[in-house]
Amino acid sequence: MPKITYITSDKQSRTIEVQNGLTVMEGAVQNDIPGIDADCGGGMACATCHVYVKEDWLDKLPKKEDGEEDMLDMAFEPKKNSRLSCQLLVSDELDGLIVSIPTKQG
Amino acid sequence: MNKVDALIIGAGPTGLFTAHQLKLIGLNCEIIDNLDKIGGQCIELYPDKPIYDIPAIPECTGEELTNNLINQLKPFDIKFHLNQRVEEVKKDEDNWLVKTSKGNIFLTPNVIIAGGVGSFEPRKFSPKECEKFEDKSLFYSIKDKKIFKGKIVSIFGGGDSALDWAIELSKDSKVNLIHRRDEFRGAKSTVDKVFKLVKSGKINLFTKYQMTAVNGSEKLESIVISHDNEETKNLKTDYVLGFFGLIMQLGPIANWGLNIDKKRIEVDTEKFETNQKGIYAVGDICNYPGKLKLILSGFHEGALAARACFKLARPNEKYRFEFTTTSTNILKRLGKKD
Repeated sequence: MPKITYITSDKQSRTIEVQNGLTVMEGAVQNDIPGIDADCGGGMACATCHVYVKEDWLDKLPKKEDGEEDMLDMAFEPKKNSRLSCQLLVSDELDGLIVSIPTKQG
Repeated sequence: MNKVDALIIGAGPTGLFTAHQLKLIGLNCEIIDNLDKIGGQCIELYPDKPIYDIPAIPECTGEELTNNLINQLKPFDIKFHLNQRVEEVKKDEDNWLVKTSKGNIFLTPNVIIAGGVGSFEPRKFSPKECEKFEDKSLFYSIKDKKIFKGKIVSIFGGGDSALDWAIELSKDSKVNLIHRRDEFRGAKSTVDKVFKLVKSGKINLFTKYQMTAVNGSEKLESIVISHDNEETKNLKTDYVLGFFGLIMQLGPIANWGLNIDKKRIEVDTEKFETNQKGIYAVGDICNYPGKLKLILSGFHEGALAARACFKLARPNEKYRFEFTTTSTNILKRLGKKD
């Protein structure tokens, strides 16, 4: 199973095996990783599953859909490497992905 | 003080249908919501998105679902208290005393929390010092636009609220419009208008900038904005406006002595009652083994919680289960029979 590393805002790092087909958000929520709220449940409607993707992964991820950038406008301290983790579908290509969780979701 | 059989917190689909169920069995109820409109997440988060899993409705949008639920409540007279958050729920002998942020007070044996993921609140700027200026020179909504006349106003955001206000205030104020990227998500005609005003010098546009600091001791004096490439600018400003949409916050619910785990309230599956007698939780905000965050589950939960309310609201009467197709009482309540 692909391994995803989550770095929480207090700099703790946890690497978790996430099943293909789940999202990076679901991997966090199901494993009690703090800081990913996902209030809307994965509908790209709330921007509370915001993560920073490690720079060298940026180009390897699936492109953002139209609505994702709009939602990121509302996220807390968005940066160039911001993504909504509910839009990152886990697959073998994402094995080794590292994401950092912002200090707040809103 | 308002005395009611049941008070519903949250005017989303679950709260609306729960009100319907209460009225059907002859109980009165009122509904409180922090939004300025009825519909909860359906209307705030996805009014135009189609929903495909409402029983017997193959497809409808969040807005259509809300309108249908409001129509279903038409036979009943239900009072809505919008634009206010429930601040306090306190025990008062056999009742609960409920206070809202607008000072409304309710006395009721039954409080049904249909609060979704919490109440919708504006998303705020990240620098901590912003709080000091909030509601004085830094705002997340506008109540009186006259105060901006002749002043420098810095507006943040890329949606319709930010753009509309930038256009409106540019008539009488010096407007800075600041957004984190080059694209705007506002309506195209509005974006075009903004660019025209930028060209004619009526609006100063800063894209790829975000606010990183506010300066001023008593009065706001200036703000610091930082570009993606880390270059910073100091902007003199009298007022700051932030339009980043709304976020759901659990808020005061956390202080009511309820069993809460991961922002959800634990309930039983017979009455959907919390650990406090007479306080129920239904819809997205409740949790129990097997809970599904579906609108249809909220309907079921509300129907059962409404029956549980009967016992506390009418302690000397016995609740009798009846069908809407045949019950004379229910048909009278629906206005279908004299």
